[in-house]
Amino acid sequence: MSMVEATKSEAVVGRTLRQLAWARLRKDRVAVASMFVLAFIVFIAIFGPLISKWLGVNPYDFNTDLLSDAGSLPLGPFGGVSLDHPLGVEPLTGRDILARLLYGSRISLFIALSATVITVVVGTIVGIVAGYSRGRTDTVLSRFMDITLAFPLLLVIIAMSPVLEQRLQAWGLPAGNPSRITTLILVLSVFGWPYLARLIRGQVLSLREREFVEAAVSIGSSKRRILFRELLPNLWAPILVYATIAMPGLIGAEAALAYLGISVVPPTPTWGSMLQESVGYFTVDPFYFFVPLTMLLAAVLSFNLLGDSLRDALDPKADRN
Amino acid sequence: MFPYIVRRVFVMAFMLTILSIITFLLFNAVPTDPAMLTCGKTCTPDIVAANRIRLGLDQPLYVQYAEWIKGIFVGRTYGSGSATFECSTPCLGYSFRNGEEVTTMIVDALPVTLYLALGAFILWMLIGISAGIVAAKNHGKWQDRTIMGVSLIGYSLPVFFVGLLLLVFVVVRWNLLPYPDYESPFDDPVAFFQTMLLPWITLAILYAAYYARLTRSQMLETMGEDYIRTARAKGLSERVVFRKHAFRAGLTPIVTSAGLDLAGLLGGAVITEYIFSLPGLGRLAIGAVTEYDLPTITATVLVAAVFVIVSNLVVDILYAAIDPRVRLT
Repeated sequence: MSMVEATKSEAVVGRTLRQLAWARLRKDRVAVASMFVLAFIVFIAIFGPLISKWLGVNPYDFNTDLLSDAGSLPLGPFGGVSLDHPLGVEPLTGRDILARLLYGSRISLFIALSATVITVVVGTIVGIVAGYSRGRTDTVLSRFMDITLAFPLLLVIIAMSPVLEQRLQAWGLPAGNPSRITTLILVLSVFGWPYLARLIRGQVLSLREREFVEAAVSIGSSKRRILFRELLPNLWAPILVYATIAMPGLIGAEAALAYLGISVVPPTPTWGSMLQESVGYFTVDPFYFFVPLTMLLAAVLSFNLLGDSLRDALDPKADRN
Repeated sequence: MFPYIVRRVFVMAFMLTILSIITFLLFNAVPTDPAMLTCGKTCTPDIVAANRIRLGLDQPLYVQYAEWIKGIFVGRTYGSGSATFECSTPCLGYSFRNGEEVTTMIVDALPVTLYLALGAFILWMLIGISAGIVAAKNHGKWQDRTIMGVSLIGYSLPVFFVGLLLLVFVVVRWNLLPYPDYESPFDDPVAFFQTMLLPWITLAILYAAYYARLTRSQMLETMGEDYIRTARAKGLSERVVFRKHAFRAGLTPIVTSAGLDLAGLLGGAVITEYIFSLPGLGRLAIGAVTEYDLPTITATVLVAAVFVIVSNLVVDILYAAIDPRVRLT
């Protein structure tokens, strides 16, 4: 009796996990801040060329008149910061750093995002199929995941990239950046999917014993329908968290590969290639190095923080409201 | 327990076979003719043709693969007639680029990577686990927030940034340490430690950050379990509850993760070795990639993967020894 009254007075409304998670996220100040930072970075990445045109800066023009005669270092404080070049200019070439950062954000985010999408799609499909089929299909797929995970990631990526690029060109992709960027996206995707596939497989193993799957089977639903209409909607929470955590990893991986010399074709910038180019000037022009680093760290940190918050927000067991 | 180990060893042998096939195909079924790479500028079509036959590259791929595997177990003789040369067991191939057996190169590089990995491992486990425990014990207080904040930054920093920053400041700016120049610890222990200190710290910073977070979440989860409440309820001191009940149970997943991370590093900490010019497996592999030295690339990738698979087995067996439920699956 008292239970009923309590329920009435509080006017409890049934909330889906999506609504619950959103409500929790909005209260989480860290999550809100990271979402703002990410929205800003995505905005400047999308409108990079427009913003540079509006500010009158260009990523490829040489401005050697802004460099010192000895050593070709930027003149002026903080690596040549001026009204025309708000973040200074590069040593040696005098190219505008802000414009390069804007264009670079585009490509770095595009590579990381594409690799994340491929990873998530492949990982989800393999995970669902392995978990639902069990038996031989599951064994084969699981062993395949184990073997993929056993490879030394960075080594194989470095060794495979030139070979893969040759193949892509042989298949008709234009040489230069189109085939180089495709190569980067592919090699970065190859090794991410098994982690997600394992995670999804584990979830599916328990989900498939639930009544709604049994009901679907009993009314004669096709296997495809069960996999993608019944099971998939129950898996979006782990997939979303995984994707949020995968993005910063891939952004970092792009930078690491650039440092080892595997990056887009110059003069096209990415965060990684800008870091790699500026590292050599670190002692004489530290500002040049800190600009791309700050951008990369802001993106990576925000994604990691948002991922943490998302995981908490989507945890159905979380006891806070 | 014994049948479980036997079964796992069989699975491992099977996986190693598949892995060696993939590795071999990945780097030997390439569009470039490996025989062309054996003599560089001095190549004439005759030498290329002769080398192709000497290395068995005229054979179909499956014969080449069989020869390669045979070489690992019983050694291998290249060529025939007067132009033969021996490659002793375990023969991982012959690097024309360096005029050396690949096995020798790997054996030379392995200790460097081993010291690097082990030193960093000890550092990061000590720092990471203690930081994680402090954070968990002070859950929600300033210690927790500080440790988690610092570790999140450490975890987000790119490896090459940490390494380069240490190198630039400690060595170049402040001259606190000499420029890294690797010496074996048996020849010159002082130079060895001076060289390895920064690489150890570099790797330790990244991994400690991750392990602090892992330890914290594990401990918090364990502290919420019913048996911890029971232990407290029966009047055990907080110290005993933490040490005997929570710590041991919470530690198992960390041990698993640590085993795999250590194995991963044994395959070569590519970037760290590259920054500090350490002649380990990672640097060997990078050098091989830039020179397109296929036998060396294939061998380093295989060795690194074997480390991971074998340690997977060791970790699983350890786990089964600790937790009997695992053996049933």
